[in-house]
Amino acid sequence: MTEPILKVENLIKTFGGVTATDNLNFDVMPGEIHAIIGPNGAGKTTFVAQISGMLKPDSGRILFDGRDITNLTAPQRSHAGLARSFQITSVFKEFTALENVAMSIQANVGHSFHFWKRASTDPELIEPAHKILNDVGLGARALVRAGNLAHGEQRQLEIAMALATGPKMLLLDEPTAGMGTEESETMREFMRDLKGQYSMLLIEHDMDTVFSLADRVTVLVYGRAIATGTPEEIRNNDEVRAAYLGEDEVKAGA
Amino acid sequence: MSLLLLLEQTLNGIQFGVFLFLISAGLTLVFGIMNMVNLAHGSLYMMGAYYAVTFVQLTGSFLLALVLTIPCALLTGIVLEVIALRTLYQRDHMDQVLATFGLILFFNELVRILWGAEAQPMPLPPIFDGNVEILPGVPYPVFRLVIIIVGILVAIFLYFLISKTRIGMLIRAGASNRSMVGALGVNIRLLYTLVFGLGAALAAIAGVMAGPILSVEPGMGEEMLILAFVVIVVGGIGSIRGAVVASVIVGVVETVGRSTLPYLLSQVLPSDDAQTAGPALASMLIYILMAGVLFFKPEGLFPARTG
Amino acid sequence: MLSKTKIGIILAMFLLLAAVPPLADYFDQPFYLALFSRILIFAIAAISLDLILGYGGMVSFGHAAYIGLGAYAVAILNYYDIDNGWLQLVVAIVGSGIVAALIGAISLRTGGLYFIMITLAFTQMLFFLGISLEEYGGDDGINTSRSVFGDWIDMDDNSVLYYVILFFVAVCTLISWRLVNSRFGMVIRGSHSNERRMLAIGFPVFRYRLAAFVVSGAMCGVAGFLMANLTEFVTPSFMHWTRSGEIMIMVLMGGMGTVFGSILGAAGFLLLEDILANLTLHWWIIFGPVLVLLILFAKKGLWGLIPGREGLSDD
Repeated sequence: MTEPILKVENLIKTFGGVTATDNLNFDVMPGEIHAIIGPNGAGKTTFVAQISGMLKPDSGRILFDGRDITNLTAPQRSHAGLARSFQITSVFKEFTALENVAMSIQANVGHSFHFWKRASTDPELIEPAHKILNDVGLGARALVRAGNLAHGEQRQLEIAMALATGPKMLLLDEPTAGMGTEESETMREFMRDLKGQYSMLLIEHDMDTVFSLADRVTVLVYGRAIATGTPEEIRNNDEVRAAYLGEDEVKAGA
Repeated sequence: MSLLLLLEQTLNGIQFGVFLFLISAGLTLVFGIMNMVNLAHGSLYMMGAYYAVTFVQLTGSFLLALVLTIPCALLTGIVLEVIALRTLYQRDHMDQVLATFGLILFFNELVRILWGAEAQPMPLPPIFDGNVEILPGVPYPVFRLVIIIVGILVAIFLYFLISKTRIGMLIRAGASNRSMVGALGVNIRLLYTLVFGLGAALAAIAGVMAGPILSVEPGMGEEMLILAFVVIVVGGIGSIRGAVVASVIVGVVETVGRSTLPYLLSQVLPSDDAQTAGPALASMLIYILMAGVLFFKPEGLFPARTG
Repeated sequence: MLSKTKIGIILAMFLLLAAVPPLADYFDQPFYLALFSRILIFAIAAISLDLILGYGGMVSFGHAAYIGLGAYAVAILNYYDIDNGWLQLVVAIVGSGIVAALIGAISLRTGGLYFIMITLAFTQMLFFLGISLEEYGGDDGINTSRSVFGDWIDMDDNSVLYYVILFFVAVCTLISWRLVNSRFGMVIRGSHSNERRMLAIGFPVFRYRLAAFVVSGAMCGVAGFLMANLTEFVTPSFMHWTRSGEIMIMVLMGGMGTVFGSILGAAGFLLLEDILANLTLHWWIIFGPVLVLLILFAKKGLWGLIPGREGLSDD
């Protein structure tokens, strides 16, 4: 029985009167793509924030790769191998795509108390950055200012930056957000290629992505996981249908 | 150091705290709701004092001067907000700092041109002259007592305004989560102008009351401004309750500290060292206090912000 | 990379600056030698502030305090008959650095408005401390003689002093330039651009910001050291928070986040001050609104007016 790479135990988070995360238990097995879906307000963003270390839970434990990371800071979790991409693109707008990825690389090659040597021409940073940009499909746009990239390209950059930290697991928050059908398909292809190399926790709204990529799906409603299973199982789960998938959607999917 | 003196100093501290409260109440709301640094707030306090000087000279009555100053200060504040400050709400803090710094320079110079560089005298209003016995055998200046009472009244007024009225609810919501209030379709512009006007009026009242006690001169606003900042940082941005508590603490520590610390030190240190260390430490006391609070609570004692 | 135009301007700038003493001598205008000495000293202060303000986005009101600390290092040591320039310089740098570390440790844990007000408060605290130290002149200030660096540098010669200052300007410019393009500099700039992302990819931002804060303060201490030498008189007014505001204006005028712009900004501000002061006693009433307008409309500063390729690695 392999151990999960990510294990969340009894996670609770309340804001004033609202319970955003309601005694959540959850795990991700190594190498799998585990998607979390749920209606708006289900607490997906809060959940991701607690896992990545941006938000402190009221109680509960988070175990990653065998370690208890509940009290680790966000940078520490990144170093432990947990990389995250953001739902609303969060890149360094004034830097070029290359510099963005180089920054991610720099974060993971030791400390940055180097005061003299120029960073933008440092092969230790630039060469891996070029490679990752190529892998992601942005190779030709390396020298473009991130703020000037098209939306879809920025989403690709998002993922590139997460990959550049050399993680064991990716936390992808709506990677196809705001993308058109063609772009989404390209992104899906890319994620399919990543499968196996990285474990993935995928927050998604886009059902095509979920059903074509995910090994397992968990449905989150009001901070609780109401069902976990394969995409097929979830599609046919009555409770899930009632809470989330409208009748029409289910008919179209089936 | 008699107990009597200590009591008097404590009351003076509270009275000083009232000035700080009047200045910082408006400022903390502006910070909390508009997320804007306004260094020129001290100038509004200063203008209040100068308006009062002129009105006292014209009418001979302190009370009349107070009544006339408030609308003038309100007008000054609103004009300032509409002309100069509105454009700054969207800008980053650095821009706000420098722009309002430019306004300070402008106001200080304006005052120099119109009234001259020397301190302007404001006579103590005759009805408030003299002492009153707050406790048997304990005389205290009437005017200072009046200031304390005004402070309490304003605090009560603000309490009702903030917690019992609709405007107050909007203010609290805005201080807690600015973007939400905008999203709710509230007329943000009007709210901002009102908040700013309220702050200007309060600062002006402080200025009027400070006239007879402190000196009315160019630059008088900046001293108070810095202390108001300390109050806000300690109390928590956006929190009136924090401003009340912190004003009293800062006012008392500053006043009592300055007078008692040198004495206390001279009890435990050799005279020479106490002579140097005393005033030095007393002047730093408030800031050490601030550092202490921030160490444990970086957002102040009663932070209003959640989003 | 810098455009050819900008490189040309920088070289021309330094050549012109190096020519000031002989020119001042030739035209018998010692006032301008003193003025440019002052400009260069403030240029160092502006460069140090730009590190954390222009590049790092940290709006700190502390820099007047570091000028004061550096200046008092000279004056106080001098008071105890220690006029060794090397020692004074080390004390100025280390002293400023330590104070910056203490202030930074507390204030950098906050952000936004809190940070601005806290740095302002601490600066004012040091100002009051200066006033209360009667032993060292208190409110009236204290006289000092110039530092002694051995027989080969005669700091009492105004031209020599000027070249010493110019030397420090060159050194600080070089250090700052390498710094902002180094890995360390990238962390500082990245944190300003998107702090959340920096944390997410694994940078413990606080410690880098603190380090930058300390470097900035220490460099400004050098400016203070030089100021005491120039004026031979140190008062707590060096440390008044409005002086910090003036340095910020210089950074803004020169162009935020440009190393060389700081020199232009210091020159621009002090020359403008000189010109306006000759026009009217009440020049601040013009300068105040001018400043407001500058901010609203001319963000790029003087350095931004010079043609050159756009790009983050502009310096």
